Amino acid sequence: MNRFVLPLAIFAALIALLGVGLTLNPREVPSPLIGKAAPHFELPQLRESAKTFTEKDMLGKVWVLNVWASWCVSCREEHPVLLDLAKSGSVPLYGLNYKDKREDGLAWLKSMGDPYQLSIYDLDGKVGIDYGVYGVPETYVIDKLGVIRYKRIGPLTPEIVKEKVLPLVQELGRA
Amino acid sequence: MLRVLAFLLLAATVKWVSAKEAAPAAADPALEQRVMTLASELRCLVCQNQTIADSNAPLAEDLRNQVREKMRQGSSNSEIIDYMVARYGDFVLYRPPLKLTTVLLWFGPLLLLAAGFAILLRRVLRRRPAQEFEMTASEHKRATELLAGNEAERR
Repeated sequence: MNRFVLPLAIFAALIALLGVGLTLNPREVPSPLIGKAAPHFELPQLRESAKTFTEKDMLGKVWVLNVWASWCVSCREEHPVLLDLAKSGSVPLYGLNYKDKREDGLAWLKSMGDPYQLSIYDLDGKVGIDYGVYGVPETYVIDKLGVIRYKRIGPLTPEIVKEKVLPLVQELGRA
Repeated sequence: MLRVLAFLLLAATVKWVSAKEAAPAAADPALEQRVMTLASELRCLVCQNQTIADSNAPLAEDLRNQVREKMRQGSSNSEIIDYMVARYGDFVLYRPPLKLTTVLLWFGPLLLLAAGFAILLRRVLRRRPAQEFEMTASEHKRATELLAGNEAERR
């Protein structure tokens, strides 16, 4: 009987390891950008293409940058959460319209509602690359000094907003 | 006739497809070679088990273009790798750097192999040699008979 103990223990440990592995999401790659300054951009706005917007305009404020696109299916799922966040007025929300057609982006905001103070327009996805975007939607919380404090890959959910985003925004707002 | 037509159609499609794929390479083969060599070291984050050289995902295409552009501007391979790691982390590398967080990744398999050998060695050393067996004279005689092929015994 004794000789089965060790193999069984190893087997159980392996099962536990693989079990934990199954609950992890391999798509969520830890971003190296957390704790670093938000990469610089200066992009035209979605609504008013003559005007530009840069992350420097937001220095001194805690804000949220949400990467979205009209072709992105999960964005549709996320949209009500963003509308609620905007309505709560707890943090300014800016959008980055990623690799989209301008008219498609505008049509999306018209039909679904616009939670953003404004959206910037990243047609070729260069700013997306600078921000390490690989799965739209992605969301960043940026502090008063322009440092990225949090990144969410994939849609925001009411739980994430309540448990992660809002507490962090409050904490950063006090700093 | 129909077959010929179908063949021609197919041939035309092949031609069209290959022509489309080959277009960027024709511009500067040496540069393209460099782009693809480096791109095959970089992981596509959308389709995680492919390199950005293999993948047709839009992001992989963008990243290849980015690599190409950087090379045109005279960036070295290691500069481009640093650029990618700064944005996407070590995960983007198919050969991650050796550091504290990746030690297990690099040496884990070796460790398992060593453990396997240790267990094997222990088992082999523990195994007792087969016991000496002394036969009595009568047993010896019977064995000889059996080996000689006594049909009656064997039936």
